[in-house]
Amino acid sequence: MSAGLDALLIRVGAWALALIWLAPLAYAVWTAFHPAAYETHFALLAPITVENFPKAWVQAPFARYFLNTILLVTSILGVQLVVGTLAAFAFARLQFAGKSGLFALVLMQMMVMPDILIVENYQTMRALGLVDTIAGIGLPYMASGFAIFLLRQTFLTIPRELDEAARMEGASLRHLILRVYVPLAKPTYIAFGLVSVSAHWNDFIWPLIVTNSVEARPLTVGLSIFSATDSGVQWSVINAATLMTSAPLLLGFLIFQRQFVQSFLRAGIK
Amino acid sequence: MRRQTLTAWALLLPAACLLVVFTHGPVLRTVLATFYTTPHGRLPAKFAGFDNYAHLIADPIFWQALRNNLLYAGLTIPASMGLALVMALLVNGRMRGRGFLRMAFFTPTVLPLIAVANIWIFFYQPGFGLIDQIRGLFGLGATNLLGQGDSALYAVAAVAVWKEAGFFMIFYLAALQAIPQSLIEAARLEGANALQIFRRVIWPLLTPTTLFVAVNAVVNAFRLVDHIYQMTGGGPNNATALLFYYLYQVGFQFWDTAYAATLTTVLVVVLGLVSVGQFLFLDRKVHYQ
Repeated sequence: MSAGLDALLIRVGAWALALIWLAPLAYAVWTAFHPAAYETHFALLAPITVENFPKAWVQAPFARYFLNTILLVTSILGVQLVVGTLAAFAFARLQFAGKSGLFALVLMQMMVMPDILIVENYQTMRALGLVDTIAGIGLPYMASGFAIFLLRQTFLTIPRELDEAARMEGASLRHLILRVYVPLAKPTYIAFGLVSVSAHWNDFIWPLIVTNSVEARPLTVGLSIFSATDSGVQWSVINAATLMTSAPLLLGFLIFQRQFVQSFLRAGIK
Repeated sequence: MRRQTLTAWALLLPAACLLVVFTHGPVLRTVLATFYTTPHGRLPAKFAGFDNYAHLIADPIFWQALRNNLLYAGLTIPASMGLALVMALLVNGRMRGRGFLRMAFFTPTVLPLIAVANIWIFFYQPGFGLIDQIRGLFGLGATNLLGQGDSALYAVAAVAVWKEAGFFMIFYLAALQAIPQSLIEAARLEGANALQIFRRVIWPLLTPTTLFVAVNAVVNAFRLVDHIYQMTGGGPNNATALLFYYLYQVGFQFWDTAYAATLTTVLVVVLGLVSVGQFLFLDRKVHYQ
């Protein structure tokens, strides 16, 4: 077989795979932007409409769900970064008894994630009176073993000379962390931030369990309830809602594609 | 040293509290709870010895969920990893439009699994879903892939593969781009063909990535059940019940917390074994880098 034919076959294969990969999403987009009458049959000249989006928006409290999800992901990320920075600095730069044992316990959380400890964590939330609150959804994730691990690895690469120079000038610990370590680890913070936000934006089972009212429910749970109702919600409207709830991440990804991919990579390389 | 220890403990305190309360404590209490009965109303939990484990061994749905989960893992892990590698090899070259291809492969990764499930339910819809419409073009009848016991697990596994392959692709892509061109040139000068170069040069160099991706894939196969909830609810007749989904049902639909704790313990053991395996394997195999 000639090299030219090989290359052609590979190109055809690549595009075929890409089209198959885009088909489900393209189908959802197509239905969401067409009247319900066209949801089950294709017509190239079918009228395009955006009315499915406001229809979905008024049929369920999506504005509240959006607010809840945004509060949830920002509060989780904020606490994760503060708590993680402090712990990572201790593991990277301080000598103390029990260091490796403690670090092993932190790493353990990367495998046995709070995700699967739903029964016990639900009882804890009930004891704390945090069932059906945004804090209740977020608390189990606020100390992230993964964040501590990533930040520690980054802090270890920062030359000790910088550290010592700052100390010689009489910088306090707080100053040292905020002015030397945090700025130098900025790419890691961004990488972890994107990973954390997309993970908790998409999280479902735990929020489903721990919430039972509109006031606390995040988008994923809201979407699930909206699309499960047997009240005859049209497919085109469900698809519009589905796209709507994914849109911020999807748009963020399309605009910051390179950063997204690099962040996942940076977070993945251990 | 004494002062450093104090400082260190002060810095670790917030993380330690949160980890103990929401991860390590729950693991210990889970294991403990497996030796007691589920409290009912005013009836407190009673010591039950190994009753919960006896129940586990006698529970046909547990075994079915375990079997389902192993088959599901056996389907999704090789398929998503294999496709990820193919995708990475495709977009690593100088092909025109590879930016578009990469975006096409990666986009499903960004969507919430619940949204992905919604999209695919419509895809699978008997009669008018896209799959049946395509079958219709060839004169084939309607199918109910999600509604039939023998196809439902494959149908939900396909969803997971679609969602995950693009995510794993980027790790392979990064590893491919880190392979020095000179190595491949050298192999070519020795007269190796493309397949030989892949098998003898590229594939061995990808080992650490393959291991990393495999661990992620295994964990996801046991942890992610959002699509099961949305698409089949574990049905029909438990055909798509995975361990974690069954645990959710036992804990929050039947409210049998002691038995749910027993199932949690099984999952913790599974994930623990994966991490021990990873540790041993990574230590031995990957250090040549």
